[in-house]
Amino acid sequence: MSETGERRTVRICVNGTDMLAEAEPRLLLSDFLRHTLSLTGTHVGCEHGVCGACTVLLDGEPVRSCLMFAVQADGGELTTVEGLADPHGELHAVQQAFHELHGMQCGFCTPGFLLSLVATLRSNPEPSDDELLDSLSGNLCRCTGYANIIAAARLAQERMR
Amino acid sequence: MIGRAVPRVEDERLLRGQGRYLDDLHLEGAVEAAFLRSAHAHARVVSLDATAALAHPGVLAVIDGVAAAARLEPLVFDIARIVPETVQRATNPMVRVHPMPVLALDRVTYVGQPLAMIVARDRYVAEDAMELIEVEFEILPAVVDAEAALEPDAALVEPAWGDNLAISFAFTRGDVEAALAACDVVVEERFRSHRQSASPIETRGVVASLDPQDGTLLVWSSTQVPHMLRDLLARALRRDPDSIRVRAPDVGGAFGLKHSSYPEDVLVPLAALELGCPVKWVEDRAEHLAASTHGRDQVHHITIGASRAGRILAVRDHVVMNAGAFNILGLVVPYNSFTHLLGPYDVDALDVDVRVAVTNTGIVAPYRGAGRPEAVFAMERAVDCLARRLEIDPVELRARNLIAPEAMPYDTGIVYRDGNQQIYDSGDYPQLLRSARELVHAERFAGRRDERTRVGVGFAMYTEGTGVGPFESARVRVDATGRVTVYTGASSQGQGHRTTLAQIAAETLDVAIESIEVVGGDSAAVTHGFGTLASRTLVVAGNAVAEAAIVVREQLLDVASAMLDTPPEELELNEGMIRVRGRRDVTLTLGDVAAFLSPFNPQRPPGAPAQLEAGSVYRPGPVTWAAGVHAAVVAVDVTTGALELLRFVIAHDCGRVVNPAIADGQIMGGVMQGIGGALYEKIVYDEVGQLLTGSFMDYTLPTAAEAPEFAVTHVDVPSPLNALGVKGLGEGGAIGPAAAIANAVEDALADLGVIVREGPLTPARIHALIHGRAT
Repeated sequence: MSETGERRTVRICVNGTDMLAEAEPRLLLSDFLRHTLSLTGTHVGCEHGVCGACTVLLDGEPVRSCLMFAVQADGGELTTVEGLADPHGELHAVQQAFHELHGMQCGFCTPGFLLSLVATLRSNPEPSDDELLDSLSGNLCRCTGYANIIAAARLAQERMR
Repeated sequence: MIGRAVPRVEDERLLRGQGRYLDDLHLEGAVEAAFLRSAHAHARVVSLDATAALAHPGVLAVIDGVAAAARLEPLVFDIARIVPETVQRATNPMVRVHPMPVLALDRVTYVGQPLAMIVARDRYVAEDAMELIEVEFEILPAVVDAEAALEPDAALVEPAWGDNLAISFAFTRGDVEAALAACDVVVEERFRSHRQSASPIETRGVVASLDPQDGTLLVWSSTQVPHMLRDLLARALRRDPDSIRVRAPDVGGAFGLKHSSYPEDVLVPLAALELGCPVKWVEDRAEHLAASTHGRDQVHHITIGASRAGRILAVRDHVVMNAGAFNILGLVVPYNSFTHLLGPYDVDALDVDVRVAVTNTGIVAPYRGAGRPEAVFAMERAVDCLARRLEIDPVELRARNLIAPEAMPYDTGIVYRDGNQQIYDSGDYPQLLRSARELVHAERFAGRRDERTRVGVGFAMYTEGTGVGPFESARVRVDATGRVTVYTGASSQGQGHRTTLAQIAAETLDVAIESIEVVGGDSAAVTHGFGTLASRTLVVAGNAVAEAAIVVREQLLDVASAMLDTPPEELELNEGMIRVRGRRDVTLTLGDVAAFLSPFNPQRPPGAPAQLEAGSVYRPGPVTWAAGVHAAVVAVDVTTGALELLRFVIAHDCGRVVNPAIADGQIMGGVMQGIGGALYEKIVYDEVGQLLTGSFMDYTLPTAAEAPEFAVTHVDVPSPLNALGVKGLGEGGAIGPAAAIANAVEDALADLGVIVREGPLTPARIHALIHGRAT
């Protein structure tokens, strides 16, 4: 049994805003985002790093926030789905493409897909079919059958050129 | 508005991370629950000591089986006992249901069965305390396989029964024995549909709280059936249903799994009532794979006979299904298997008997298709085996046995589960088959053949009863701002009802879709509701919305008539405006008319409706029949057994289509789940009932890299049974893939004499089949 009660201060820049909060060392980054910072757009689907629903960008790289402790992200810069577009502004190109091509149904896996795709297209703006499928295969979707997600990824890629 | 691929109105919130799913609800002062679950398939609970857990800092309560039994009756699944009189006469079913304690008392009967609920400051602390609970078990012999469970010496899941038989029924039409004897070719085979998990990416969850102002019990659940849950809670907690409000927030996929009632649905509200603070529980993935309901798990011993000319003359099927540890839904799944066995084929002699056994495994309940994929796997595999023996092309053999479009409506001579005669209302099965065949383009993949790669094509056909009753309700209201609100008892789990139901209302009221809001999943919004399941919402909720909207339209024109002093037949309603026909100067908005009905308005006509609002209850008659043809093109590496799914073709009849993009999305999503089951997913228990697939590392869902090239076409024949002409389509996609892919693999390996009797078709299984080491 782990000790409870011990708390550390975690400083993270989330979506451009500096955040400071207390966290137990064992608190998952996903729970920290969702329950401590109330950023509930990041979802938790398996808590063992397979489904990818909890994907966020840490210093620009996609990470499973369910496989990290909040304290490990201390000092880092995070992007979550809430930070992809201005809350009152236009959607990000990947969000718009998922909407136009019906690349989502229940929407639960969608934030993870969006962030994985943003990271992929930033690091590799012209992915081959195999590269694109490889990058998307880190996220599970149970609703769409993936065809529309793949098409949306290509549309977003064209628009982000 | 109906028939257009309107972009979904629900997307923007979800894309911005502003969805509100169950775990996103943060109630002030909420505490969290965790459940201690059985690690054994069958054991006597000798003792359970929660003293240390209760003393752990941050723990508020531990409720064990004894404490729960003092507060709650065991769950009794009434639906499992419902057998319509006509079904009783036609198939003479025996159904046994044993009450399920919400927490195991003196005995556990499956791995994952809840034993105790721990409520603590947060989930982390609750799980710490869970480890402090001491349970002494005495391990009992477990039975895992359904056929083994029906052997005379099997261990008993419910000792009071004396055996493990939960359900049996049988149906005979014609003299099957004589018909088979007269056949030129008879094929007898055994096909198994293995157990699977629906695995929506959002697991289940419940939040409960007592409204301090008025004492209402507020429950949020990621359920498909909020009204059913309200009524279950009213009975279990002995409360007036009006003092309970159940809401389904955004739900992250369900696929039938969130239709069942679960112990946590009752225990979490009980804890909130007893502790006087909000309580939340969110299932983790390990709990989900063990203790949320599973699907499939049927064995079919099927015999099919035909004349030399390829006319199927008789089918006999002995079915054994595994119910898991409790029979919670009675005839629903096994009876679906029976009524969907013959699908689109015209066969005279039929003999089916079905036995359902309880075992020491997780509970089996509807999962997308709910008994249909299992029947179709048996029948469509048998048809391919028959085609090979007859040396007739499998598509040609199918074509020779299809019910002709001129034969519609076609009485199957079977009684459907709802008690109505099973009559196919409409459909063009030969055209469905032709359309699918034309899209296969197998020649494109000929180049993939080499000395170690074989290419094969497989087909599967099915029919699906959709839009089952008893009812769905809707309410349509126009307010003084002109906004239209549609309330329905059918909630959404990703199907896009906020868009499709708005399209249906917009069609009647002729307003922009942006001015319509659809509210579902709230037991306080409409008094009676049934829910989203069984490919029914578009049919039953859709027609309920249409009927209510028609009444509101009449109200609008009547009131406008009084306002404009013009007879209603001289008024027209379009694009959200009411005009006097032929004049452009006099217009009223919907909001103007609603405002005119204000009780403060001295001009308000006597006898006018209280407001622009109408409710409706749509009670469908018999189900309406959707149908489909699936075709798979596969490449099989005979050296490694690896399979590549090159192309997947779907020809579908879902009646009149409201939103083509959403319809095809539903179809492809269902197909992908079917592909997952065909190739990758299997819930596995070892011989003592230990679950071996307790995580997504072992229970492997397909990813984008496994998605085939899809080709979808429609041969939609509008349903004559409802005013909208729609049929349900939520489940259809999941029905055919297992059979189509297995048929394609057999086609690819035809010269090796391989027979695919069960899945998933992993490389290991295909390799073993090629080398004669698998069954």
